[in-house]
Amino acid sequence: MDLVAVLGLEILNGIASLVLISVGLAIIFGMMRVINLAHGEFLMLGGYAAIIATSHGVNIWISMLVVAPIVVGLIGIVAERLIIRVLYGRMIDTLLATWGLSLFFIGLVTTIFGNSVAGIGAPLGSVAVGRYSISLYRLFLVGVAAAMVVAIYAVLRGTRAGLLARATMENPNMAAALGVSPPRVYATTFGVGAALTGLAGGVLAPISGVLPTVGAAYVAKAFITVISGGTAIVAGTATAAGLFGTVSQLVTYLTTPVIGEAGLLVAAILLLRVLPHGITGRIFRGSL
Amino acid sequence: MTPPVLETHGLSIRFGGVEAVRDVNLCLAERELRCLIGPNGAGKSTLFKLLTGQLQPTAGRIVFRGQDITGHHTHAIARRGIGIKTQVPNLFDGLTVREHLWISARRTNPARRAREIADEILERIRLTGLADSAVGRLAHGQRQWVELGTVLAGNPLLILLDEPAAGMTHDEVARTAELVRDINQTHALIVVEHDMQFVRMIARTVTVMHQGAVLVEDTMARILTNRTVRDIYLGKHGGGA
Amino acid sequence: MSPGIVVTAILMIGVAVGTPLVVDQFELLQLTVFASMCILALSLGVVWGYGGILCFGQSAFFGLGGYTYAVTAVNRGESTLAIGLGIVVPALFAALLGYFMFYGRLSDVYLGVITLSVTLIFFNLVNSTAGDAYRIGSARLNGFNGMPSLPTFNVPGDPGRLLDPTETFYLVMALLLIVYGGLHLLLASHFGRVVVAVRENETRCELLGYDVRQVKLSIFTIGGGIAGLAGCLFANWGAFVSPTMFSLSMTSQIIIWVIVGGLGTLVGPIIGCLIMQYLATALGTQQLANTNLIFGVIFLAFVLLVPRGIVPSLGVLRARWLRARSSRPAA
Repeated sequence: MDLVAVLGLEILNGIASLVLISVGLAIIFGMMRVINLAHGEFLMLGGYAAIIATSHGVNIWISMLVVAPIVVGLIGIVAERLIIRVLYGRMIDTLLATWGLSLFFIGLVTTIFGNSVAGIGAPLGSVAVGRYSISLYRLFLVGVAAAMVVAIYAVLRGTRAGLLARATMENPNMAAALGVSPPRVYATTFGVGAALTGLAGGVLAPISGVLPTVGAAYVAKAFITVISGGTAIVAGTATAAGLFGTVSQLVTYLTTPVIGEAGLLVAAILLLRVLPHGITGRIFRGSL
Repeated sequence: MTPPVLETHGLSIRFGGVEAVRDVNLCLAERELRCLIGPNGAGKSTLFKLLTGQLQPTAGRIVFRGQDITGHHTHAIARRGIGIKTQVPNLFDGLTVREHLWISARRTNPARRAREIADEILERIRLTGLADSAVGRLAHGQRQWVELGTVLAGNPLLILLDEPAAGMTHDEVARTAELVRDINQTHALIVVEHDMQFVRMIARTVTVMHQGAVLVEDTMARILTNRTVRDIYLGKHGGGA
Repeated sequence: MSPGIVVTAILMIGVAVGTPLVVDQFELLQLTVFASMCILALSLGVVWGYGGILCFGQSAFFGLGGYTYAVTAVNRGESTLAIGLGIVVPALFAALLGYFMFYGRLSDVYLGVITLSVTLIFFNLVNSTAGDAYRIGSARLNGFNGMPSLPTFNVPGDPGRLLDPTETFYLVMALLLIVYGGLHLLLASHFGRVVVAVRENETRCELLGYDVRQVKLSIFTIGGGIAGLAGCLFANWGAFVSPTMFSLSMTSQIIIWVIVGGLGTLVGPIIGCLIMQYLATALGTQQLANTNLIFGVIFLAFVLLVPRGIVPSLGVLRARWLRARSSRPAA
């Protein structure tokens, strides 16, 4: 019975992890169709922001939940202004530019902070469940992931800003005719996506450690999750993360983590074969 | 009496709650020229997509040259001899006019014959002077003719034209009508059009569609005086000759 | 035959013949691997630039070719069959994957994700094959360590007679020329024109009676085979294969080569590959600034200043210059 509980928690962890690394990308790709290859680096920068702030005495929770998203959000806004905005609609150029941005950030961080940096331990400790012990911090991560999903849904559905964002994405000219400034919406959306990614990087820092190159491990999975989810940002990412997280953790439990990774990738391939436009291309169509 | 080139039996397609094409029974003879008219949303383009296999019907059958082609792949249907000029032109913007005709003809002809056919059709559509221009740069009317020529180069038995005169000047419209009549000497055609002037230039039998179903099928003269047709369509467009 | 193609071919032949006479052994080896990578670049250049297929996992065929060569050569002690299989096996896999994708009507970004996943699966799986249990025949896969000390190319039928660096260079340049020329012929043929037409407008191609699934499958398979050949050449160059051949880094590099050189040409990917390879080597040896940093700035500057890629941009400049010439009044 404890095993079921622990396994269930492992699955939740897997899902939460995917949600955290994907949600910012889902906003940027889902709403703006921008393929941001520097996404992994936004995660990395969030982690570094949290760690640097903590090492300078800032409370760890504030570093992760406040400092990290603000820093990366600002970086995102600047990047959007200077680079992404120039390249809207030009996918290939955006690929190259964001790849360049990714290398730039890796190089910059390596130059300033060197190849490795002292990490921070995961706070909160652990609790015993029968024969197993589970990390309370991981439960916290599940909470953060859930909160993100709910918050995004609430903003997009319930607020005027969310409505303006959705409208601009669907029809920028019409939105402009109604007095909305599309460039301002794009910059804000990109900034929000970056900030959420920074937040994810911050909260993941205690368990993943930070190296300048840590982004590469995440970027592929994040893209695969977002695109397999389909066009609906919240419903798509949530269901894709749910499916892949479950498959990946179950396979990991039965075999090894590496095969678990492979299992996630195979699941994505099979899913896209059956649903060539992602999950929400067919199921939950038209939802947010 | 030669068998019909195309027959549909109870052809229908439903999207969610909307039946875009309802129980359509069409019968087209060899080398017949049929005009298909009706207000926007009547289901004309959808019917064309069903005939070319781009959409799968939810009910009914399509019989072409005596063979049931319901549910077949688009390219297989095209190979059997149905060609279509789509409502929004489908062209290869980066290729030249000549290359369009060549690639269409080349599928069933060796290289040299394909080049000859391309030259012949260039003459027919009167675009020999623009043969090596990229189609993406041509004016709208010329693009329509290129598409028409491309379809023709494949020598299909049945040609579907979805709004061939759209966006054309009066002279271009007259020229297109002439072309259509010329093509009709050797091919069967179904022509969808909103431009009543154009329809009058070419029409024999006219089928009127409304809300997915066939409303009436008759000669142009009788269609023009049919009260129901006027009510749903011609009345708004002004039937003045 | 356009003048550009003739010039490129002559240049390649000139380089092939002349280079071993002027450079030393080390540089010759460098150029050999550069040329092998050019073949890899061509494989994506034709699949993406002409076929319009967004393959983010071209490295899968590269790695598959390399590893197939490695396993076969170690087992047989001879390279001829190894090279043959090193082309056929990736091509077959490409055919299978292509069938799966194109007959499932997958396209653009979704196809990119699947191909990316495939190469990452290979990376993960091969990376974890360390240990004695993982062997094919007498060849141990060695996981993340890679397979060292592979038999290099020998003269067919004479396992004892290995090719020396100069002969290897001639072979690779000859293959580059054959692949380049062959692809040009292919693209000028009926099939090649249909490939381009499918990229331009799939619907219109289908409506003309072409089975676009089959067309895409064919060009994808050809690209896979060519990438596999590059994998064999790479394995021969270092007598070594490793899982990094399947990595995200590798597959991204191939994409960058094609973008930098210019999507939609065959000489573009070659030039892009050469420039990037040369830059990577040159920058790798200097200590001034971090390599990633420099590359990042270069890419950003490139995109903002030379958006179409080098070859097409040169083409635009040439067109402008010709127009300026012809608009000047006659002397």
